[in-house]
Amino acid sequence: MISDITLGQFFPGDSVMHRLDPRVKLCMTVYYIVLIFCAHNWVVLALTVLMALSGVLLSKVPAKQYLKSLKPIWFLVAFTGILNLFYGSGEPVWSFWVLKITRAGIVNAVMISVRLVVLILISSVLTFTTSPTQLTDAIERVLKPLALLHVPVHEFAMMMTIALRFVPTLLEETDKIMSAQKARGADMESGGLGQRIRALIPVLIPLFVSAFRRAFDLATAMESRCYHGGAGRTRMKILKMGRVDFFAVGICLTYLAVFIVLCVAVPAAV
Amino acid sequence: MSVLETKDLTYTYGIGTPFEITAVDRVSVSVEAGEFLGVIGHTGSGKSTLIQMLNGLIRPTSGQVLLNGEDIWAKPKEIRRVRFKVGMVFQYPEYQLFEETVLKDIMFGPKNMGLTDAQAEEKAREAARFTELREDLLAKSPFELSGGEKRRAAIAGVIAMDPDVLILDEPAAGLDPKGRDMILAQISNYHRERNNTVILVSHSMEDIGRTADRVLVMNGGHAEFLGETRAVFSEGRELSEVGLRLPQITAILRRLSEMGMPVGETVLSVDEAFFQLLPLLKRNGGRGERA
Ligand SMILES: Nc1ncnc2c1ncn2[C@@H]1O[C@H](COP(=O)(O)OP(=O)(O)O)[C@@H](O)[C@H]1O
Ligand SMILES: [Mg+2]
Repeated sequence: MISDITLGQFFPGDSVMHRLDPRVKLCMTVYYIVLIFCAHNWVVLALTVLMALSGVLLSKVPAKQYLKSLKPIWFLVAFTGILNLFYGSGEPVWSFWVLKITRAGIVNAVMISVRLVVLILISSVLTFTTSPTQLTDAIERVLKPLALLHVPVHEFAMMMTIALRFVPTLLEETDKIMSAQKARGADMESGGLGQRIRALIPVLIPLFVSAFRRAFDLATAMESRCYHGGAGRTRMKILKMGRVDFFAVGICLTYLAVFIVLCVAVPAAV
Repeated sequence: MSVLETKDLTYTYGIGTPFEITAVDRVSVSVEAGEFLGVIGHTGSGKSTLIQMLNGLIRPTSGQVLLNGEDIWAKPKEIRRVRFKVGMVFQYPEYQLFEETVLKDIMFGPKNMGLTDAQAEEKAREAARFTELREDLLAKSPFELSGGEKRRAAIAGVIAMDPDVLILDEPAAGLDPKGRDMILAQISNYHRERNNTVILVSHSMEDIGRTADRVLVMNGGHAEFLGETRAVFSEGRELSEVGLRLPQITAILRRLSEMGMPVGETVLSVDEAFFQLLPLLKRNGGRGERA
């Protein structure tokens, strides 16, 4: 069923990762993603993997969910890995026809695969432990300096919140309308491309009609509660940094120091 | 003869996720040809899930649905034929309207069945008569109709397919009392004139009491009782245990009967109560009697 697709996959919980300030989590995620691509030797790479795994463990989200989030990118990992395998320079370890595998190729392939997996794991920790509302709140706060350049940060954040909020609703609605038309004998599973596109009309029209109705209703509801954009707007939940948050920032800075030292001390893998 | 029969019908949502829930649990019931069956139950008791299995919109996790004695999933490729025989009106069906005109929208089902335009139009007009849609409304866009009219247009869209069994999920939900009376009366008329099987799903005992011959009570995914409407309604206490309340009029007349007044123990509608109370009032010459 369509509604089986999960988006924003938030897993409610009460772990340390859930309690961290979303702004801190957002910045940490970006920060780790940058660093993981700077890791050029085995020791720092191992350290970064270790940090990512501790994040995964601390989130207390079942490992099965992480494996599920990796599923769609296995192909990408395998593809980039294999591509890198054949693009190393230096003495070939193995060669066949025009293909040759070098030591550098193997190292590159492993490095890039590990990086991609860690990238997904780290961003999954963020989306699994942060509700969409918290996340948009954090994005709004973090991007606020852009408002000085007249970027409508608040409006973007509001649009994102609303869009995220209505994704499940619209999916559910699509499901319902499809069932109703199928009950009237609509055939959506067979026929050529043209026929299938035509079969979508009875679903899309009611869906658009109801999406517009919802949008107008929502606009009226917001206006009748005097919403007029971000200026002068206060928040119900004020984000406040706590002990855990400062601790997390501390860990990040320590990690950065260790990272730099190890990058200098240990020679690059390739 | 039973037209629809379920055998240990079970449906579980979200198998293998933390949100796994068995919405329908080993339900075995049989629906007789030509009867008006009411399905009643608390919100979340599995009514909608049960009926969606009856016309093959969702496939049972386990168990069978037999239509005229044949398993509807014996040939999954031909499931559309089952949907033509078992018509389904969803809750809030007005959201399914999409055509340019009401008439065209009602013709959508018949045309999917392979009827010609002329045949489909005839069926559509016939169906519109059952739901009392005026001629001038048929040429309008469905989006210009009032809420009640939209609802009736959507119901006509299913009746037009002339199904052997018509299933309606909460057809009166969200309508004003007048619209509600109108729809229920139209459904009763349809049943009387066509002699087709009708399954009416509702959480309102009033609506079911007024219309159904037999009642199936659902509770937590189980089929709790199945029997003649009057017999089921006489089980006031058991019903309240599954979260259902007797219609006011039934409860009042039950009290009167307990106090020794010569009225039937279980009345199903205000009309019925009226005819029971009228002779009493006449006997007392309007003076009333202290109870
Ligand atoms: N699409 C769905 N996905 C997951 N759970 C569902 C879905 N539809 C219904 N349920 C659950 O199944 C149970 C029965 O629902 P439903 O059949 O709609 O009951 P009713 O129509 O009697 O109110 C409820 O607990 C409901 O939450
Ligand atoms: Mg329901």
